[in-house]
Amino acid sequence: MADTIHLSRRNFIVATGATGLTIGILSACSQPTGDTEADAPDYSDLPPNPEVNAWVHIDHDDTVTVRIARSEMGQGTLTGLAQLVADELDCDWDKVTTEYPTPGENLARERVWRDFSTGGSQGIRGSQDYVREGAAAAKAMLIEAAANEWGVPASECTSENSIITHGPSGQTTTYGKVANAAAQLAPPLEVTVKDPSEWKIIGQPKPRLDTAEKLTGKQVYGADIQLDGMLSASIKQAPKIGATLASFDAAAVEGMPGVQKVVSVRNPFGEGNNAVAVIADTWWQAHKALQALPVEWQGGVDFSTAEFEAELDDGLTAEEAFVGNGGGDVAGAFANAAQVVEATYNMPFQNHACMEPMNTTALYTEDRCEIWCPTQNGEAALAAVSEASGLPIEQCEVYKIHLGGGFGRRGAPDYVQQAVMLAMEMPGTPIKLLWSREEDMIHGFFHPTTKGRVRGALDADGNLTGLHLRISGQSILAALIPQALQDGVDYATFQGLLPSGVDPRLEDQTLKYSFDNFLVDHAMRNPPVRPGFWRGVNLNQNAIYLECFMDELAYAAGRDPLEFRLAHLQDSPEAAAVLQAVADRSGWGSDDGKARGLCVMYGFGAYVAACAEVTVSDAGELKIDRIVAATDPGHAVNPQQIEAQVEGSFVYGLSAMLYGEITFEGGEVQEQNFDTFNSMRIAAMPEVETIIMPSGGFWGGVGEPTIAVAAPAVLNAIYSATGKRVRNLPIKDQNLRDA
Amino acid sequence: MATLKINGETVTVEVEDDTPLLWVIREQVGLTGTKYGCGIAQCGTCTIHINGSPVRSCVYPVGALTGDEEITTIEGLSEDASHPVQQAWAELDIPQCGYCQPGMIMAVSGMLNDTPNPTDEDIDAQITNICRCGTLARVRKGIKLAVEKS
Repeated sequence: MADTIHLSRRNFIVATGATGLTIGILSACSQPTGDTEADAPDYSDLPPNPEVNAWVHIDHDDTVTVRIARSEMGQGTLTGLAQLVADELDCDWDKVTTEYPTPGENLARERVWRDFSTGGSQGIRGSQDYVREGAAAAKAMLIEAAANEWGVPASECTSENSIITHGPSGQTTTYGKVANAAAQLAPPLEVTVKDPSEWKIIGQPKPRLDTAEKLTGKQVYGADIQLDGMLSASIKQAPKIGATLASFDAAAVEGMPGVQKVVSVRNPFGEGNNAVAVIADTWWQAHKALQALPVEWQGGVDFSTAEFEAELDDGLTAEEAFVGNGGGDVAGAFANAAQVVEATYNMPFQNHACMEPMNTTALYTEDRCEIWCPTQNGEAALAAVSEASGLPIEQCEVYKIHLGGGFGRRGAPDYVQQAVMLAMEMPGTPIKLLWSREEDMIHGFFHPTTKGRVRGALDADGNLTGLHLRISGQSILAALIPQALQDGVDYATFQGLLPSGVDPRLEDQTLKYSFDNFLVDHAMRNPPVRPGFWRGVNLNQNAIYLECFMDELAYAAGRDPLEFRLAHLQDSPEAAAVLQAVADRSGWGSDDGKARGLCVMYGFGAYVAACAEVTVSDAGELKIDRIVAATDPGHAVNPQQIEAQVEGSFVYGLSAMLYGEITFEGGEVQEQNFDTFNSMRIAAMPEVETIIMPSGGFWGGVGEPTIAVAAPAVLNAIYSATGKRVRNLPIKDQNLRDA
Repeated sequence: MATLKINGETVTVEVEDDTPLLWVIREQVGLTGTKYGCGIAQCGTCTIHINGSPVRSCVYPVGALTGDEEITTIEGLSEDASHPVQQAWAELDIPQCGYCQPGMIMAVSGMLNDTPNPTDEDIDAQITNICRCGTLARVRKGIKLAVEKS
C-alpha cells in the first residue's frame, strides 16, 4: 500500500535527514509546525547550507533544525530543548524542526553534543546551560555574518523572529540568507545567554513538536522499522533467574512457514547461552515457531519473593546498617518520649512495562554494524554494538528512534546486544528483534523491593522529638554500577532523605524537613533479581516511608497533618509553599466531609506536593476522586508539558500503588502480561489539577519527582476515609475496610 | 490466503488463517500505525474498526473474516487528521510517547460511532486501553472535546 513504511537504509537516511548531506545526521524527529507558503521561493538550485554550529542548522527558507541529543520517550524534552535553542537564537518558532544526531557522529566530533543519556529527569536541567550557549553562539555568528555583508558593526544589529535588522540603516536580512556565511566564521569566544526576564519562547505552553505524526500512525517506533530484505526475530530467554539454555530441537520448527533460522543467544551479562530465537520472514511467523519450539533449560536460582521477606524483615532490625543521614541524640529522644509510634511498610518489585516492548533492528557486515534503536542512552547502545559485534566503535552506528515509553528500562543494552548477535548470524541481512510482552515482563530490570520501618518519638505536647527511618532491601547500584558505591554504601538508596552540602551529585535529592534527632539508615539486602532505575527510582518508596509516617505521627500527636509537616519545613520555604498550595486549592481543613491526604517531597531538584481526595465505599472499594498537585521546578520551560508530566505521574505512581507487583516463585516471574500486571484504566483515573509555581533561580526536574507523591497522598487519604492504614503494596487484593 | 477490505482498498495476502489480524495489518499489508502491546486483548494498542466498531486485532484471527468487512486502521480514520477525535487530540496535545495513541484514538472513535454522546460511565466502561505515560486525564477531556467537534 502507498503508505507502507518500507525504506532502505539509505532511503531512511535521505528521507528523514534534513541535513543528511552535510554531516550524515539523520532521524528527523519532528516537522515545522508553521504553514507552508504556497508561493515560497524555490531554493532547490542552491547547495544546501552547512550547519551554523553543532546545535543549529538553518535552511535557505529559514527552517531551523535543532539537534537534540537526548531521547524523546514521551516526556516532552524534545520540545523543551528546542524551546531553549529557539529562544536563545531569536528564531521563528513556527519554522523549528528537530533531529537526533547519531552517537557515532558524536564520537567522531569529540562529543560535541556531550551526554546522550536520558534519565534522572536530567534532559533539560542537565544540558540547558551548554545547549543555550550553543544557540547563543549560533545567533552571534548569524548577526556577525549579516554585519560583515553590510559592512557595519555587529553591535548595531538586532535579531528577532529569524530576521536581522541593522538599526541605523533599517536594512534587514533573514537567518536563511546568512547561514552559509555564518558557518564560515569562527565561533565567538564568549557568549552570554539571556536573562530569564528576556525569554519569549521558554516558559510558553508551546504545543509539542512531535504530536502530529502520533495522531495518524505515521510516527515510526523501533517496532515499526522496515528495511529492505529485513527478517524478524522473536526471542525466549531462560524463564528462571540464572538458568542457561540446555538444548532445543530446531528441526521441530524449521519447516514452519517463514522460518529462516533457529539460533541460541549468548547471555549479554553472563556466561553461556541463556536464550533461543527464531528468525523468520515476519515476526508473527517467528513468534509462532518459537512457541512451538521444544526448549530445555538448566540450572538457575530458586528465588521466591515470599521467602525473601524474611531477609527484608531481618534488615529492618539488624544491628548493622549504612547511615545516610542523621543528627542529634536519637536514643535519648526515644528514651524520653511520651509516645513512640512505629510502622513498617512493604514495597514489591515493579516492572517498567513500556507500551512498546523492547526491540532493536541490527544490520551486521564484516566491517560495519548499525542498529535502529529506541534507547534512552545512545552512547551506551553504541558501546554495546561494538562489544557484541567485536567491531571497533568507529565502525558501528546507532540510529535513534522515538521510544514507545522508557521510564528507565531503555537505558539498559541487553536487547541491543541480542539484536546484534542475531544479525551476526546472517551478515548483510537486517534483523528486527522484537520481544513479546511476556519477555518484556519476565526480563525486566525491576524497581527493587524494600521495606521501611519508621519509629517516631513524640513528647507530651505532640512534638516530634526523634525519628528513625530504616530501609531494608535492594541496592540498585550494587547490582548495576558497583563502582558507584562509596565504601559499600549506595547513597542513591537515600534519595529524598540525604543531607545537604555533602555530595554535590546528590544535592538534588536531599531531605527538606528539619529534624532535631534523627537517623536514616539502610540495611542492604540484595536478592538475585536484577534491579533497575524505574521512573522516580528510590524516591518513590522513601516518600511512602517518610510521608505516610509523618501522617501517622500527626494523627498520633493529635495534630493537623498540614500543620505538623509545616512545623518541620521552616528551613525550606519552597517545600512549604508547594504543600501550602495544594492544601489551599484542595480545600484542606474545610468541613466538607471529604477524605484528604497530603504529601510533600523534594527530588530530582524539584519541590512537589499533592493532596488526594478519595471515597471508600462500605464494601471497601476505593475511588480516587481528585488530585491537586503542585510543582516548583525552578524554571518552567513548557508549562503545559509539565502539566502533562504531572498528570501522567499519577497514572504511573498510582498504577504501582493499586496493582503493580512482580513476584517470583521457583526463580520465575509470575506476572507475565497486563492481565496479572495491571495498569490504571481511565475509570480509575482521578481528575488532576496541577499548580505550576516556578520560583526561578534553579533548574529542577519534571518527569519523575511527582511519581513519589502520588501513592503517599492517596494512602494518607485512605486513612482519613477509613481510619485504617495500608502499609503493604499493592492495594489490589486488600479490602480497605479490613486493612 | 485472505482478502481484506482495509481503509477502502481490497488487499489479498498470503497468510496462515490463524494469524492475528494485527500482524496481517502490520506485516503483510504494511500499515504499522496499529501497534502490538500485549497480544492478549488487554492493553488496546492494537484497536482497529471492523464495520465501524472497535476491535482488538491482536486476538482476531484473520481467518475469521469473510472478506466483506470494512476494516479501518488509524491510517484510514481520515485523510488528513481531520477526524474530530484527531482534532481534539491535537488541540489538547494528548500524546506523550504516543505508542498507545493509535489504539486509543481508534477505541474512542469506535465508541463515538455507536455512542455519540457518551456519559462518563460510558467512557469508563468502553475505554479500557492502557497508557503507561499516563495521558488518561487528557483523554477524557479529549473525548468530550471530540463530541463537541462532531
